Amino acid sequence: MATVKKALLWRLVGLASPRAVSTSSVGTFPKRVKIVEVGPRDGLQNEKNIIPTPMKIKLIDMLSEAGLPVIEATSFVSPKWVPQVAAGAKEVAVFGAASELFSKKNINCSIDESVQRFDEILKAARAASIPVRGYVSCVLGCPYEGKIAPAKVAEVAKKMYSVGCYEISLGDTIGVGTPGTMKDMLSAVMHEVPVAALAVHCHDTYGQALANTLMALQMGVSVVDSSVAGLGGCPYAHGASGNLATEDLVYMLAGLGVHTVMPPASWWQQPRTDQSSA
Amino acid sequence: MATVKKALLWRLVGLASPRAVSTSSVGTFPKRVKIVEVGPRDGLQNEKNIIPTPMKIKLIDMLSEAGLPVIEATSFVSPKWVPQMADHAEVMKGIQKFPGISYPVLTPNFKGFQAAVAKKMYSVGCYEISLGDTIGVGTPGTMKDMLSAVMHEVPVAALAVHCHDTYGQALANTLMALQMGVSVVDSSVAGLGGCPYAHGASGNLATEDLVYMLAGLGVHTGVNLQKLLEAGAFICQALNRRTSSKVAQATCKL
Repeated sequence: MATVKKALLWRLVGLASPRAVSTSSVGTFPKRVKIVEVGPRDGLQNEKNIIPTPMKIKLIDMLSEAGLPVIEATSFVSPKWVPQVAAGAKEVAVFGAASELFSKKNINCSIDESVQRFDEILKAARAASIPVRGYVSCVLGCPYEGKIAPAKVAEVAKKMYSVGCYEISLGDTIGVGTPGTMKDMLSAVMHEVPVAALAVHCHDTYGQALANTLMALQMGVSVVDSSVAGLGGCPYAHGASGNLATEDLVYMLAGLGVHTVMPPASWWQQPRTDQSSA
Repeated sequence: MATVKKALLWRLVGLASPRAVSTSSVGTFPKRVKIVEVGPRDGLQNEKNIIPTPMKIKLIDMLSEAGLPVIEATSFVSPKWVPQMADHAEVMKGIQKFPGISYPVLTPNFKGFQAAVAKKMYSVGCYEISLGDTIGVGTPGTMKDMLSAVMHEVPVAALAVHCHDTYGQALANTLMALQMGVSVVDSSVAGLGGCPYAHGASGNLATEDLVYMLAGLGVHTGVNLQKLLEAGAFICQALNRRTSSKVAQATCKL
């Protein structure tokens, strides 16, 4: 057991791809950052204890009072997505992965197949004027494949953007990334998707979440996913911590002079109307 | 009590002096970073439970085995002030002194110590000035501003940063310091030490988490992470507390 654990540890450290990093091209921080609060969805989903519905509602109401501009309360989109809409959903999200193995194990299909499904969903969503956010998992490492090439992340993000997702959230699902790998991945993705349409979703499994987020901000990313109280564990590392804690993120952004509370109405995402591809 | 706590929190947030930050002058990361392990001194000093001398010696030996180049072993201070460090002479005699590893000892002088600025310290002959965010309220912007000011007076090669994780900012602040050219970082195995000014708050930057980040950045530290994790596990068991290192939490089996 100890040798398995040790091997896993070194494999995970190996994912960090050591080499010197240049940050000479880093510019200023964004003046405004939109925080996407994923506690009620990503957080609670990965907590052992299930809480009753009235408590979930109260949590979301309290987060609204706190001024968070986006609070994720949606579940996965299935082809039968009408029930979510009937239940009052005004925005939905689709999930993909930068790793073929993760895609197969998680949603039982290849990356290409998953993007085809998104295309159908996006067409229907556009018809109903419902914005769709795209999530890419394992952008800095995969529990099955190990290292993930930045070019692969860029390819998946580009596909999601091209089928109409208004925003792509890049997730370090197992939290193995470090600021250097974050920078490399974003450099590749930013060649294919405008930085204004990108978000980062860092897990704190190895304590790197805030540092990785800082690097993303330095690269120009202005949307960050986080979870109140750092809710959610990591299903791949027993006992490990979960999401970046919203409180700690807000603290840092406040110190940097970056605005985070409710942006003006003009800043709200509208469903994309510039979609030309099929 | 709740209003006092709330007022204190907002005052501390105010210390972060919000304004926009430019990082356009940032260069490459240092190729090597020296980690100064302060767990046995700063860490244990701020832990509630006092551990017996043989255990302290064992901790320091384990940290030496893990390859940490500098280990702050103890503090030569009156036991009246810091009972956790009362055995300082015994500790210094008992530890194995590995060749190539330094074991500095804190020698505070409470009279004028706090007032000393980095320039004065450097001019009176300190070889290295460790800049500590004692209550952990700093954020990357204030870290950058502080370092810009200090670097006008003291060469960056003589500077170290010592970040506390009270508000979860330690690693991000350390990253900023590295981007500014600082190549010496203080940290504490398992993130030992609480904050005497914020009840229940976390303490130092955890060495394991720092080493993880530096390894990922391709920065050489000479530290064996596996052995470091063992030292962390050992001391947490001795102190009967959970580790504050995320890396340790991710790799432990419960």
